[in-house]
Amino acid sequence: MKLRPIAGILLRQFYLIRGSPVRALPMFAWVAIDIVVWGFITRYLNTMSAGRFNYVPSLLGAVLLWDFFTRIMQGVSTAFLEDVWSRNFLNLFATPLTTPEYITGLVISSIGTSAIGLAVMLVLATVVFGLSFFSLGAMLLPFLLVLFCFGIALGILASALVLRLGPASEWLVWPLPALISPFVGVFYPLATLPRWMQLIAKGLPPAYVFQGMRAILAGHALPAAALLPGAAFALLDVALAGYFFVRVFRYALRTGLLARYSAESVS
Amino acid sequence: MPMHDRTADIASAQAAGTRTRRSGEIHAALSVALLCKTYASLVAVKDVSFEVQRGEVVGLLGPNGAGKTTTINMILGVLSPSAGDIRIAGIDLAQERSRALAQANFAAVYATLPGNLTVEQNLRFFALIYGIARLAARIEALLQQFDLEHLRNTKCGVLSSGEQTRVALAKAVLNRPQLLLLDEPTASLDPSAAQTVRERIRGLASDDGCGILWTSHNMYEVETVCDRVLFLSRGRILLEGDPRRLPAEHGAETLEALFIRLAREPLSAVERTQ
Repeated sequence: MKLRPIAGILLRQFYLIRGSPVRALPMFAWVAIDIVVWGFITRYLNTMSAGRFNYVPSLLGAVLLWDFFTRIMQGVSTAFLEDVWSRNFLNLFATPLTTPEYITGLVISSIGTSAIGLAVMLVLATVVFGLSFFSLGAMLLPFLLVLFCFGIALGILASALVLRLGPASEWLVWPLPALISPFVGVFYPLATLPRWMQLIAKGLPPAYVFQGMRAILAGHALPAAALLPGAAFALLDVALAGYFFVRVFRYALRTGLLARYSAESVS
Repeated sequence: MPMHDRTADIASAQAAGTRTRRSGEIHAALSVALLCKTYASLVAVKDVSFEVQRGEVVGLLGPNGAGKTTTINMILGVLSPSAGDIRIAGIDLAQERSRALAQANFAAVYATLPGNLTVEQNLRFFALIYGIARLAARIEALLQQFDLEHLRNTKCGVLSSGEQTRVALAKAVLNRPQLLLLDEPTASLDPSAAQTVRERIRGLASDDGCGILWTSHNMYEVETVCDRVLFLSRGRILLEGDPRRLPAEHGAETLEALFIRLAREPLSAVERTQ
């Protein structure tokens, strides 16, 4: 892999965000609104429970982690969609740029955009609503890493689906996080779910993250052993998503999909 | 055709090309051998073989649907051939895609640069993608060469067709390609701008030794610019030769008359002259 082509993808994203408030604003505006809404909900719930239970870490913390995961996924797919929207596939893929370089560029640009969102969420949740996430310190890192890897995997999968099914399928991939959210127990223990949903949850890395976070907040030690399958699944998912993208790319080369994409003749 | 026969044919076609070059070290800018593309039962390109030498401008002509864009897409690496072999500056596209494409570039009316980036941003982006060293100096030189300095901070999406063509051409020569593919590069230009572009492209071939594959429906332009033309019809090469001599050799008054005859009755037109 060469660095310059990857730098090219990053520079392009930087130019687009710098020159466009409609791209810059969503990086932090929607997550900020989420934190504010859920922050007030947790305050209200704390009032109702009369101090018997603190909803701030369990609900607001879960929202923060979930939003971080969705921003990672959307960071990858949005960077890919920029090439769909600007009909740039022919210009881009008739160059020496390789698929791994392209995907790496998308992933790094997603790290940048989601880091901004994460920082805004942490500041708001800590300063305004008293979420003491920083007290978890380094314990937070493995959870974020697992969510990061799975977000990357889902972003690559979403990009591959848009490449395979055509530009209109972006409407299909935006709700992918919402599709898996009932299974991963963002706000409730997995034991709440019926048996068949629990089985599906076992294959989804965020399920391990949210279970682990609840254990920590209940005063238990870092459930490293319990988080390991989640980490393994997340890494496997990244590899599978990368493989799927390459397969779809080869299909697009074989069938002419890539060459026709620029003319938006695929729907 | 059995696979071993095809492989032998491709090797033989390439060897023939190599023999014509004498030097043995300098590869043709483009070498295409027995290129085929089929979609289910539809044959888009069939056994197309040709070369573009360095400093040579070759016109790829043919009616709509003849297979010109399919051929160009295969050379650009955005469409996999069903069979055959493509070498750019001697590098096998199938084996070393990235290295081969680093030697090529293209401009086409249907592949405008991202409209949400400025002229300079687009050039900088593609310069990095092509891994160009000292890119700032190269971009400045191209902005000057293609009279784009005053448009450097203008988004490409708001440029006129002629200006967009100039930006596309500047991008197409960013990496000093050994092979340049131009798909109707002057289609949206006024006669004066088209004349300027033709002169610049002719200069790229003669001064920089760039091999150029050019498609156009403007026969005057083809006669002016191209050293050699290939007539493509129904995915096959029907005729090949000097555009200034071909009409007389095939009993037509002009290149346009020959084109029309070949487009309407491809087989009988060739048989009549053989």
